Amino acid sequence: MIAKGFLTRAARRDLFLTAGAFILGLALLALFLAIAGFNVGAALSAMWRGAFGSWYALTSATLVRATPLIVLGLAFTLASRGGTLNIGMEGQFALGATAATWAGLHAGSLPPPIAIPWVLACGAIAGAAWMLLPVVFRLRFGVTEVITTLLLNFVADAVVSFAVTGPLQEPTHIYPQSATIAMSAQLPKLVDGARMHLGLPIALLLAALLGALLWKSRWGFTLRAVGAGATAARVSGGIATASVIASALLWSGAIAGLGGAIEVTGVSYALYQNLSPGYGFTAIAVALLGRLQPLGVVVAGLLFGALEAGAGAMQRDAGIPAVAVQVVEAVVILTLVVLTRREAAER
Amino acid sequence: MIEELLTAGVRVGTPLALAAIGEAIAEQGGVINLGIEGAMLAGALGAAMGASAAGPAAGVGVAILAGTATAAVFAAVAIGAKANQIITGTAVTLLMTGLTGLIARQFFGAAGAGLSLPTLAPVPIPELSRIPLLGEVFFDQSLLTYVSYLLVPLATWLTFRTRFGLELRASGESSSAASAAGVRVGRIRTIGVLIGGATAGLAGASLVLVQVGTFTERMTAGRGFIAIAIVVLGRKHPVGVALAALLFGGATAVQFVVQAGGSGLPYQLWQALPYLLALGVLATSTGNEKREARRLRLGSGGPPEEDRLSERA
Repeated sequence: MIAKGFLTRAARRDLFLTAGAFILGLALLALFLAIAGFNVGAALSAMWRGAFGSWYALTSATLVRATPLIVLGLAFTLASRGGTLNIGMEGQFALGATAATWAGLHAGSLPPPIAIPWVLACGAIAGAAWMLLPVVFRLRFGVTEVITTLLLNFVADAVVSFAVTGPLQEPTHIYPQSATIAMSAQLPKLVDGARMHLGLPIALLLAALLGALLWKSRWGFTLRAVGAGATAARVSGGIATASVIASALLWSGAIAGLGGAIEVTGVSYALYQNLSPGYGFTAIAVALLGRLQPLGVVVAGLLFGALEAGAGAMQRDAGIPAVAVQVVEAVVILTLVVLTRREAAER
Repeated sequence: MIEELLTAGVRVGTPLALAAIGEAIAEQGGVINLGIEGAMLAGALGAAMGASAAGPAAGVGVAILAGTATAAVFAAVAIGAKANQIITGTAVTLLMTGLTGLIARQFFGAAGAGLSLPTLAPVPIPELSRIPLLGEVFFDQSLLTYVSYLLVPLATWLTFRTRFGLELRASGESSSAASAAGVRVGRIRTIGVLIGGATAGLAGASLVLVQVGTFTERMTAGRGFIAIAIVVLGRKHPVGVALAALLFGGATAVQFVVQAGGSGLPYQLWQALPYLLALGVLATSTGNEKREARRLRLGSGGPPEEDRLSERA
């Protein structure tokens, strides 16, 4: 997409589909709110205020929420381009956050330029490690990664629960959370007085890198070839599909783990349970809305970041549970999966 | 202690068995519906709403309707529009997480459903419940558990002894061959998925009306996904599925007994046990299936096709 530019026919169609699916999602949410007897006007205006209503809302809510969604959306994109489905980003995110917290708690003596890459790398490694079992299961036993990654999400919950009540619990042993990570491991803020942090530029950089790798490198080519048709890639392309599938899944896990590390070092500074309010699933909608294109994922991530930020405001100001925006996400996924099914079949 | 564990295992295993028996029917037709997690959640809310308005029986009825309606959304997109089943299922679950949260808030208010729902008490079966150990474990349960017992022979008959079952299994085996033989694959699959939705709704009802006594956001906590693993373990056969559900119920119940008793190990290990068990089972049982398929020279998609070619040569 980066190379193709904005105005090709395909890009215009992508943009049209994306906008259409998003608007349909919002319209259905409004409809459901109306049926359930909520004040639709108040809800939507609270949502707008929470997302774009002020400089603070934009830089402290929308962009902060968008960061993990972009990173996880890229993780899903990478896996999908290789013909695999990573439904376990929630778990890899949690494991990445746990490893980053562990590293961050012990990084006090390191200067930030060393501490931050070290802590982020720990998160990515943990995310990839959490993907090892699905990879082995897929390649050795033929078990689809869909079920294994999904089940591991629940195991990850137990791991985090164990960490924050056991080895990583704060020193007083009262609260089920970790202590604050070392200052030197915290991502710097980008704007004075706002919560926006270095994670956003990291996410954008990652998107650019992934775009370049997918379309300009040999690795990206083989990945897309396997994603387009594993049998054809193996038989006519002579591609070792097993190792490509393994690398798609492991790198996807690593990126999701990095997402968890960025959340800990940029936002929470500590580990606690349910650190992610379902980012791992929202990101599937983000990736599909972004049409599995890194640049598209960035745009969709910003849009959904706004939606999530708006949902928070809607809950505070209009008393509507924030999970309601999952209706929008679901409608976006369903719309796009229907509209693009022919394309997917051809791919 | 052992009796307590087994009784709790059957109680906890009931929603898993209900959902998995229905999902097995859908999967016999060649459809995997990750949306049963959402259907179960919809059933749970339906049960809570129905029960608080008109008693437990109404709760069960509304739950079945809610589960079936959820499955209908899945069927429309995944079968009607032929979209990717996995992504559709995930989205349907998301949809129901959002919708149930929204409706529960409006129906029960910010405080939630409270713990005052009329629930289904255990109904001991007169003679059977007096059998030592087994009587109490299996025959002093709620009505919904007995429904799950009845569903086993019913689903077996439906799948293996009826024309519908034959067409369903044909659709699952090879949709093009079934279609060529005059089976209306889409319609058959849709019926299978709707049955799965109905039992998932029933599963939600048993969660609310038998186990928890209230509705909370996201209360199914992945039980629908566990049910899918159970279907794999039970080889899509109602008897196997019911036994697998019992095993998982037992594995889940271990944490209650252990937590009460106290063992040196962290309780999170017991919390993760059912999921770890599911993973272990997937590794072993799918491996067997693959070997079996190779033995019968029937490919199960992907690599076996190549095996077949080489064997023929």
